[in-house]
Amino acid sequence: MANVADVPKPSFRLSMLLYDTRYRSLTIQIVVFLLVMAGAAWLVDNTIRNLQALGKDFNFSFLGARAGYDISQRLVEYTNDSTHGRALLIGLLNTLLVAFLGCIAATVIGVLVGVLRLSKNWLIARLMTVYVEIFRNIPLLLWILLIYAVFTEAAPAPNAFRVNAETGEAATSMFLDAFAVTNRYTAIPNPVFGLDLGWLNIGLFYVSVDFLLLVAAIVVGFFLNRMALRRATRIQEATGDRPTTWWQSLLLLVGIPVAALIAMGFHFEFPELKGFNFTGGLNVSNSFMALWLALSLYTGAFIAEIVRAGVLAISKGQSEAAFALGLRPARTMNLVILPQALRVIIPPLISQYLNLTKNSSLAIAVGYLDLRGTLGGITLNQTGRELECVLLMMLIYLTISLIISGLMNVYNASVKLKER
Amino acid sequence: MSDTHAQTVPFVRDTMLPQANPPTTEAGAVRWMRENLLSGPLNVILTLLAIAAIYWVVQGMLPWLLASVWNAGSIAECRQIIADAGRESGACWAVIRERWPQFLFGFYPNHLYWRPVTALLLLFVALAPVLFSKAPRQLLWFSAIYPGLAFWLLWGGSVFVPVVALLGLALGWAAFHFGQRISPLAGVVAAILLPVLWWLFLAGPVAEDLGNLLPRSMPWWMEEVRSDKFGGFVLALTIGVSGIALSLPLGIVLALGRQSDMFLIKSLSVCFIEFIRGVPLITLLFTASLLLNYFLPPGTTFDIILRVIIMVTLFAAAYIAEVIRGGLAALPRGQYEAADALGLDYFRAQRLIILPQALKISIPGIVSTFIGMFKDTTLVVFVGLLDPLKGITDAVRASPDWKGIYWEPYIFVGAIFFIFNFSMSRYSMYLERKLKTDHR
Repeated sequence: MANVADVPKPSFRLSMLLYDTRYRSLTIQIVVFLLVMAGAAWLVDNTIRNLQALGKDFNFSFLGARAGYDISQRLVEYTNDSTHGRALLIGLLNTLLVAFLGCIAATVIGVLVGVLRLSKNWLIARLMTVYVEIFRNIPLLLWILLIYAVFTEAAPAPNAFRVNAETGEAATSMFLDAFAVTNRYTAIPNPVFGLDLGWLNIGLFYVSVDFLLLVAAIVVGFFLNRMALRRATRIQEATGDRPTTWWQSLLLLVGIPVAALIAMGFHFEFPELKGFNFTGGLNVSNSFMALWLALSLYTGAFIAEIVRAGVLAISKGQSEAAFALGLRPARTMNLVILPQALRVIIPPLISQYLNLTKNSSLAIAVGYLDLRGTLGGITLNQTGRELECVLLMMLIYLTISLIISGLMNVYNASVKLKER
Repeated sequence: MSDTHAQTVPFVRDTMLPQANPPTTEAGAVRWMRENLLSGPLNVILTLLAIAAIYWVVQGMLPWLLASVWNAGSIAECRQIIADAGRESGACWAVIRERWPQFLFGFYPNHLYWRPVTALLLLFVALAPVLFSKAPRQLLWFSAIYPGLAFWLLWGGSVFVPVVALLGLALGWAAFHFGQRISPLAGVVAAILLPVLWWLFLAGPVAEDLGNLLPRSMPWWMEEVRSDKFGGFVLALTIGVSGIALSLPLGIVLALGRQSDMFLIKSLSVCFIEFIRGVPLITLLFTASLLLNYFLPPGTTFDIILRVIIMVTLFAAAYIAEVIRGGLAALPRGQYEAADALGLDYFRAQRLIILPQALKISIPGIVSTFIGMFKDTTLVVFVGLLDPLKGITDAVRASPDWKGIYWEPYIFVGAIFFIFNFSMSRYSMYLERKLKTDHR
């Protein structure tokens, strides 16, 4: 017993900072912290000295100065008298537009191709494999340039659509009398509201009241549909019989927006050849079309592989079990296969959406003025403020990425397998 | 009972019939087509659509390809030959033939073409022991010195620059080896500190002095080639191969950092990875070309290709880190615990138990990151380098001879990229099969 008292009291020695696992991680972290701080201080100091040597300062007041350049595709009003900040907004909206439409088209292509690749049809499965391999293994830049070249070099001039007075025939005719692909732009029908309810100023830009009403109608329909489905579930849990809801869903999801559209006099204005150009419709620039198509086809190939892997990841036993329970194929797909496959598909799908958004910065190759083209291109060259422009551009892209991945993570959490 | 029955049956067969052929609709090509192409109304429609698509592509491409011209000096000559042959349009591959060196080497001096070619051939020698276990192990030594050799061959100049740089690595290894005898920690610190000090302060002057002492160290056939002469596939391969080689170790370090228990290390890794993954590569390349001058001490200039390689490496490393993190997370908890139970320290556990398994799981992801990076080397055109896809084809089109030629250069460059990337993905499948142990 006496020995116990003789044991020396554990005291702190300096070497314990290195050899005792309790303290070692702390030492390492402090050293790393000091190194990182020193590195950051060195970079900032260099930047300040370099800026001084060049006689520049670091401020963002140039965003309020007159831009002085035109942007052909603008979703909200902009003239060359607007500010650089305004140009930034136009560029940002252009980026978001091509990214949004690209994500939709890529998902449609990807799901279609992914499912067809699993088809029992030998020919179609091979064809889809060829598509996926070709698009995945060749740089996106090539697809953008190639599709742009198809539009600008191989498409006819607007003049080719003119009906020759003598022969009564045109060199080229419009597709369905509504679409015309020319070497300068693609003319598509223009959606317009017959009943003009005016424009609402929401701070940065004006939004059509008709458009807001349409969005409101869709949202209301969506929520009413959810209430109807909840009610059906309640009844099912109480009585065991699920009331038929498909006609309610159809009415609420499609009927309400369509009613709103009809009430506001929605119709299409079709493009017509007047003089040397198409008027009446929307003339979408070829740079946008090329970028959008290339991004969709390229990302679609990746999404196809993700969808295929997701479906293959569900073991055959799952569908067999569902059939054994007497579920019909459609219900097996909806209730058994899809919920499980989605868990596998969603996370890589998110990163494909992010990739598409980031890849839209390749717009510079075809002269589509997105965020990279306005803020990181013309504004940067005109003002000579590389540091501010590039940092701001990175920050904006980073914010977009974080928002997309945040939103998709919420969705991912909702389809995740609830484990106990 | 059976007797009466036997008498009621008029005929009983007592020999086997010869085997009959299956019906023609149930055998051979017909059956295959029925099963694989025409098994239902939907499949019939799909088959017809596929045939229509194939027909559309072939009837568009075939006459154009059949009228290919391989010998011509300009696009006008090309068109003349095609018109003389009585065809409407044709492929003018003569542009590839005539501008072949430019597509491959950019504006690299003509008489020095053998240098990048040698570097490429030696690359295969250096890669052999890394990629295939059957290659002799001694070759690994050659793989170790290959980066310096390739640098010397590509850029030329004094042989002492790469030698001195490699010496730094040798110094680090020696410091680690002897430092270990004093204490393991001293070994690690010395192995990091000594090479860094060597490269920062001594390497430059030493290389210069050696070069002055031995002026014959730069023979005439090793004259210096500046970075702006690089272009075409030499540039793409230089950036791609160095990016691949550098990003894998960095990616592993970042992945381990993100899994670390230490709060600071973990948050630094997370911030770095998420930042890099959140911005487009193009903005990082912009940083390399425009902003690096701000971040470095006044008066520092360094090579644009080197800057691009650094940025591409950081970019790919962040993606590889995420792939490897997935591999680390997929390992069962028991593997970590078993390593602890064996009394292995952190680095041994990672090196011997965790990483070999995690990396094996991550192979497909890592290779597809590499493929993505090789494709992304085409983006260097936006910082003024002559990549094969846009830089060189634009340069070719800029000459009056080949003004207005679009399809042929794109198809050629696309085909080369396809061959490289497709073989990379096939190699990853081979590796997966080879390493498959079916434990999991």
